[in-house]
Amino acid sequence: MKRKERIDRGIKARCDDIYALLSLKEISYVVAPKVCFVLFILTIPLLKCFLGYYWERVFYLATLMAILAISWELLSYIGLISLGQAFVFGVGAYTSGILNINFHMPVLLSILLASVFGALICTLILFPASKIRGIYFAMITLCIPMFFSKMIEATEIFGGTSGISGVSSINNYYVEMYLAAFMLIGAFFCLRRLMSTDFGLLIRGIKDNEFSLMASGINIYKIKFFVIFLSSALGCFAGACMCHYYQFVGISAFSLDYSIIPLSCAILGGVDGFAGSLLGAFIVCPLSEMLRGFGTLRIVIYSILLIIFILLVPEGLFSYISRKYHQLERWKEI
Amino acid sequence: MERDIILEVRDLGKSFGGIKAIDSLYLSLKRGELLGIIGPNGSGKSTLVNIISGFLKPDKGKVLYKGLDITGMSPYKIANMGLVRSFQFIRPFYKIPVYKNVVISLCSERVKRLKGGKFGRRDEVAIDLLEELGFERDSRLLYKQTSELPHGYLRRVELARCIALNPELLILDEILSGMSKPEVASIIPIIKKLNEQGLSIIMVEHRIKELFQLAHRVVVLNFGRKIADSTPDKVVQDKMVKSAYLGKAEIKINFWR
Repeated sequence: MKRKERIDRGIKARCDDIYALLSLKEISYVVAPKVCFVLFILTIPLLKCFLGYYWERVFYLATLMAILAISWELLSYIGLISLGQAFVFGVGAYTSGILNINFHMPVLLSILLASVFGALICTLILFPASKIRGIYFAMITLCIPMFFSKMIEATEIFGGTSGISGVSSINNYYVEMYLAAFMLIGAFFCLRRLMSTDFGLLIRGIKDNEFSLMASGINIYKIKFFVIFLSSALGCFAGACMCHYYQFVGISAFSLDYSIIPLSCAILGGVDGFAGSLLGAFIVCPLSEMLRGFGTLRIVIYSILLIIFILLVPEGLFSYISRKYHQLERWKEI
Repeated sequence: MERDIILEVRDLGKSFGGIKAIDSLYLSLKRGELLGIIGPNGSGKSTLVNIISGFLKPDKGKVLYKGLDITGMSPYKIANMGLVRSFQFIRPFYKIPVYKNVVISLCSERVKRLKGGKFGRRDEVAIDLLEELGFERDSRLLYKQTSELPHGYLRRVELARCIALNPELLILDEILSGMSKPEVASIIPIIKKLNEQGLSIIMVEHRIKELFQLAHRVVVLNFGRKIADSTPDKVVQDKMVKSAYLGKAEIKINFWR
């Protein structure tokens, strides 16, 4: 007979506060996952000779999708479930492409400006919709990217269906990889920090209960605007990077894929302090590449795998792992 | 004379569809007064509170707070001016620790303005305040998720959330309902003390016995109209009030209108 035994019940409680600094064991317990994550992101671009160019690229796309997923999750914190991250993504891509081609901006500058101005455009469009929430907001955001792609198709602005090609790329491999990597790490830790401050409390309060927040004298519109802007800026950054990576931007930037990927990342990883969607992105993207060998069956297998994941770990993979991490167990003979 | 009046409601009207929830209502409140508002169900008490606090826009009429027209202003602006309300159906933030509910109020513009920038640590101020309202400082209760709290305590947290804003006029929308007798007995001295410190309070209440002990003046609403406005002991004897509550049909309702 065997049964499970908890090895260290107290460690979570001991690491809850400043007492975590008491001993090396506690410090490493708290810090280890974060260090592992940062090291993982930072070393992968260096492993080019082992992994090969193709998988490096998959990893790059996964990083961008992780940023997009984080931007999705940030919106979900104020109760806005978006089905249209493709909109933010596409606006970023188009803005950066136009800045680069029509205004001859250097690549890094155009990515930066696209993140800011693209985010402004997105915020101006999404903010009026933020009064509604839940399924209604989801429906509206589902429509917005379709509207934009159809508008570009019909009016033939921005190159119409043939898109904008000849966008210059970031020539240096390492600059390109590390730009995305540092953005991801920075966004991840800054947002986690933000959510744990009093301001983060207000952000989460909006999802819980807007009215009580307003009755407490908090200007919720300002907070919503800020959060939507921040989330859009992240999404636009991902789009801009993608545009310079492909050296092309077309209406495919508004395609449904980019709305669905962040969603499936978040569902797979679990909505838990941004780490879930991040983990999800690094599973979903390589997984879908690995399945390329199956040809048209790819989407079928991909969907089945996703369904199995969701059925087996409904709380999300990251929530599951972190729960297990906090309950160290071993099998014991009895 | 004008400066004594903190809140004035002039010719207020609001209807939902064909129903007149508030019908040309006049009301005024002196600084430091404790006004009770009672009335049968559907008499427009909550609508009145919602209009005053900015959550509903009236069809006609004005709300003057400290001489300023606040009709149709955003709720958060009104709260920042010092007119604070509690909710009848308590709406705490469920997914955060109990004391953080109060911290949210402490983040508002008003508190920043009054206390000047960053004052102390918000958590400690919040816990101090909750202690005054009868929570034990070191009990685990304060650190629990708000959704685990029993109803009576939620009311107290709601009160703390309002007081944290340092209000000048406090509107308590049925703060006593759903509380047990000992809980009511413990919260009444708090309200009394706040009032003695100079806070103007409007209490909308169904618990008439407790309210009449507290209030300086009582307004009775029925079908959106004011049917009595007097001291508690006079209101008790009022014929109209009796008929409104007990239904001796002096006021006939014509369904076929």
